[in-house]
Amino acid sequence: MLKKENRIFKNLYNEFGWDIENSLKRDDWKDTKDLINKGREWIINEIKTSELRGRGGAGFSTGLKWSFAPKEVGSRPHYLVINADESEPGTCKDRDILRFEPQKLIEGCLIAGYTTNAHVCYIYIRGEYLNEGKRLQEAIDQAYAKNFLGKNACGTGWDFDIHIHYGAGAYICGEETALLESIEGNKGQPRLKPPFPALVGLYGCPTIVNNVETVAVVPTILRRGGKWFASIGRPKNTGTKIFCISGNVNAPCNVEEEMGIPLKDLIEKHAGGVIGGWDNLQAVIPGGSSMPLLPKKICDTLTMDFDSLIENKSGLGTAGIVVINKDQDIVECMARIARFYKHESCGQCTPCREGSGWMWRILDRVVKRKATFSDIDLLSDVTKQIEGHTICAFGEGSAWPVQGLLRHFRKEVESRCREEPLIKKKLNNPYLVDQHLLENKNA
Amino acid sequence: MSVKKVHDNQPKEFKFSDENLKKVEEILKKYPEKNKKSAVMPLLYLAQRQNDNWISLAAMKYIANYLAMPYISVYEVATFYTMYNLAPVGKHFIQVCTTTPCLLRGADKIVKLCKENISPNENEISKKGNCSWMEVECLGACVSAPMVQINNDYYEDLDEKSAKEILTSLLNDKPLKPGSYRGRKNTSPEKILISNGEKHA
Repeated sequence: MLKKENRIFKNLYNEFGWDIENSLKRDDWKDTKDLINKGREWIINEIKTSELRGRGGAGFSTGLKWSFAPKEVGSRPHYLVINADESEPGTCKDRDILRFEPQKLIEGCLIAGYTTNAHVCYIYIRGEYLNEGKRLQEAIDQAYAKNFLGKNACGTGWDFDIHIHYGAGAYICGEETALLESIEGNKGQPRLKPPFPALVGLYGCPTIVNNVETVAVVPTILRRGGKWFASIGRPKNTGTKIFCISGNVNAPCNVEEEMGIPLKDLIEKHAGGVIGGWDNLQAVIPGGSSMPLLPKKICDTLTMDFDSLIENKSGLGTAGIVVINKDQDIVECMARIARFYKHESCGQCTPCREGSGWMWRILDRVVKRKATFSDIDLLSDVTKQIEGHTICAFGEGSAWPVQGLLRHFRKEVESRCREEPLIKKKLNNPYLVDQHLLENKNA
Repeated sequence: MSVKKVHDNQPKEFKFSDENLKKVEEILKKYPEKNKKSAVMPLLYLAQRQNDNWISLAAMKYIANYLAMPYISVYEVATFYTMYNLAPVGKHFIQVCTTTPCLLRGADKIVKLCKENISPNENEISKKGNCSWMEVECLGACVSAPMVQINNDYYEDLDEKSAKEILTSLLNDKPLKPGSYRGRKNTSPEKILISNGEKHA
């Protein structure tokens, strides 16, 4: 369990006030000038020592990412972009940072901007978070009023401006290159990598894209030292993380905990336990909907960090934990996730655009008990055809949950399928056509 | 992919109001001069707000002219993103999140209530009270599930009773306050124990 003094986001539930005066009392903006004056090398080394990994889902080393930015500014300016397009089902941590700890984010932006030679920062907030965006704008205005931003920000001699850009309801814009396309005023469709944004990003200029939580923890790490952060959790999976526990638990909540905390502790101690008791647990989606679900047997002993979840063929992702108990129809839950991906596919790559629809339609048939046994193999095949054949990771994100379902709940799926293929019975149901569009008179 | 259709009855003209033109100048300052195109998303939002929460083709043409962009690029953006309404919506626009975390806690019951109280189909303006509703994907308030977004505000921790009250208040044009309907402080854990799902929507 995380000790109280080690918590970074002390105002996660807005118990102490979000405005700048109250933030200053919580040590935000303390000695920021001295930290920055220690230089870029020192900052990057300290972040590398802390072994901070990106909190947006991929878990890439933040220190390493920052070191990819060109050391000298050439003919093109550098940009810093903050990804606040939080749309992963099960995740709502960034919303609380934007609402209640905005100064941590703003201070982090200044430090990150200085380290990567950027004078301008865009914060890309999902369009639905309009009120959160207004709150952040107020906080930015307060920081400008104190000269923490703008010309000679915080007395460091570095000019720094922050602008907010709203998204408009596209999940795919959480992918970093789609996000950049969106800021440039295009459809949010991901770009081919390489070149990576660190060299060719926003407007073709070197750009560092970071998640809100990643940047918001940076000032505290620098103040308390990379070694302090590395001492929490376990090697390569260090520090604290905000977990969002939702679904069938008695007290769904956001909570900051150390990495590597057992899942059972998280659910029982913070979220009031599974509805109907631990034995009533059916499965857990450990890291937002893109990560494969895990059955109770694995959840009994699971610890929540990047590497242990990869060992269990899942991933920490954004740490949005969705608890599903035995009162729920697991196939229906996963069919709904498949529908989410069908809706949100950007349509650029054929395997994902078409495949996400196939997966949803097959799962929908399973839910309605109209699928055949050959459908299961087809479903498994479709997930393999999507995985690895798309420009961005959305393909994996849509295929993995279905693979997880087949890996752990194949019996459950099979019990709803029947022997004869619909096509043989001449049921007037065209194969692989949107079932929901058809009248079910013959089925 | 989501499919969006433009409205049949299109107004012929669109122009930003003077007040909005000032806002446009402010927005353009955020982006480098040669990348005016970046302002297309904020400008579409402005147009949507000015025009009773939907965007007409005339508005897209106007914005395309304003930013010296091809009309089709603006059209692409407006049809790609789901938050741009291309047909009129109710004065009270209810978006019900039905993705898995909300579904687990009973979002389907809220959808049923919407069908009964507002209109049998999505995106249909109610006969009384100028409301419309639609199902949307994850709104990013999963620990406060089930929840709905009404215009810009989040209504969280709902159950059947509170959802019904909210819908009735909208139909009577006296909207209730947004926030948690179980009286909890933001996303903090609650101390009360809920027996097997009874208290859920």
